Amino acid sequence: MSFLIDLAWSALGLAVMFAVLSVVVLSMVWLERKALGRLQLRYGPTRTGPFGLMQPIADAVKLILKEDIIPEDSEKAIFWIAPVIVVVSAFVIWVTIPGGDGVFIKNLPLGLFYIIAFAVIGILGLVLAGWGSANKYGIMGGLRSAAQLISYEIPVVLVAAAVAILAQSLDMREIVAAQSSYPYLVVLPLGLVIFFIAGLAEVGRTPFDIYHAESEVVGGPFVEYSGAHWSVFFLAEYINTFAIAALTALLFLGGWGGPALPDVVWFLFKTYAVVLVVFWVRGTFPRLRIDQLMAFAWKVMVPLSFYTVIIAAAYRFYALPWWSLTLMSLVGLAVAGWIIYRRMTAPARRVVQIQERLAAQRRATSTSRT
Amino acid sequence: MQLALFIIVAIFTIGGALGVVATRNVVHAALFLLLSLLGAAGAYLLLFAEFLALVQVLIYGGAVTIVVLFAVMLTRSSEYPRITDNRQWPLGLITALVLSSVLGAAFWLTPADADAERKAPVFTDLASSLFTKWALPFEIASLVLLVALIGAIIIARQQNVVVTDDTSPEGED
Repeated sequence: MSFLIDLAWSALGLAVMFAVLSVVVLSMVWLERKALGRLQLRYGPTRTGPFGLMQPIADAVKLILKEDIIPEDSEKAIFWIAPVIVVVSAFVIWVTIPGGDGVFIKNLPLGLFYIIAFAVIGILGLVLAGWGSANKYGIMGGLRSAAQLISYEIPVVLVAAAVAILAQSLDMREIVAAQSSYPYLVVLPLGLVIFFIAGLAEVGRTPFDIYHAESEVVGGPFVEYSGAHWSVFFLAEYINTFAIAALTALLFLGGWGGPALPDVVWFLFKTYAVVLVVFWVRGTFPRLRIDQLMAFAWKVMVPLSFYTVIIAAAYRFYALPWWSLTLMSLVGLAVAGWIIYRRMTAPARRVVQIQERLAAQRRATSTSRT
Repeated sequence: MQLALFIIVAIFTIGGALGVVATRNVVHAALFLLLSLLGAAGAYLLLFAEFLALVQVLIYGGAVTIVVLFAVMLTRSSEYPRITDNRQWPLGLITALVLSSVLGAAFWLTPADADAERKAPVFTDLASSLFTKWALPFEIASLVLLVALIGAIIIARQQNVVVTDDTSPEGED
């Protein structure tokens, strides 16, 4: 009997979670339209309700009423199950992400590890979506998503491990409690940067939206999806974006800790601040190329995340003062910045090199003629 | 209650395993493999080994299945019948029989500790025993992985040299 009561409570908790996340997705759609509009010097939605607040609802109705086309040659079973895998993995991780001191459905002692383990399953859905739709662009997109998401999973996992080393726990509540004196942003700025960038890549937001880039693979795994099926992927993408923002807030910005206001308000404030940064990045940076993306993952992000784990472990083991960790972390950040700077100026340097070589050749030929 | 859950998990695991060998389609086989591996994770969960269950989901359910699918998609669909219809099944049968007899022997010969208290081992205990008592096997396992990684890089690089030799005289950055 007590088992049935537990089951009923779990079902109720899941229903509440679903409702809250739906509202969150609607708010994020509105916020993204408004924020992107402002970044591009336009107003964004204005006609639907005050400040265009009804726009996400109009969007949702449009998506659901659209014709849902299932391609003739697709593998029907896989075509159906792929969005389910993606959206389920997006939802199940929210079971243990706390929104406040007592605001969660089930607090797991291995919470952080659980979140990472089930987030990986979502990649499988993307690969299957690409394969099941019997489309070359779909398969290319599926392969790209698998390569990209597996590569960027490693920095996310390692930085999360570094945070777990600092907090000496995988329990999300204890990780937040460990940041009561100072948020880990202070001691691990490198970790925050790596986590945020790799998190963006994990959810496929704009500088890293290569696996579903319109101009390259025409929507990638989603190319044959339409209507309600496509909106499921859309929903999952927004929930995952919110999850990454929430995890950034919980792991690095001190979670719900903050003066005066109730903890849920602080949590939402920090999470939406990170979400706004995500939209800002989308409005600012151009898309990377796939080989640049993979090189960046394996040559910059993975070594730096290993470095993060090592400095966190050394800090714990030798009980160093906290500012030494900040210092070591800033050194790593400076190295990352230098590598990115060299990489960005590489074409200009190569132009200079080639010009010099051509000039030398011209001089050589002119002297040989005379 | 626990028996009912175990039967469900066992059906998933064994059904998935049968599906892997029975289906003709390689992608379906990979999906059945996922089902089977997640079933094993469920079995770990029933034995109160939460950490092991999550590792199973992360490594086998996520990474390994995705890599299998990745490899499958790089092959041509016309090759599927040849992949699934191979002549190695007698060898496979022998391997399966030997493996299951070894596992069965290990199961029967290990004295069952009936008094052992059923509770989740704390993962910090796991970590400390891994890095103190079992440090050498742990290091050897990581060494094996490192060798495999370096070998893969060398194989990939040799092909790369052949390709880039005549196409880009400028070279990388």
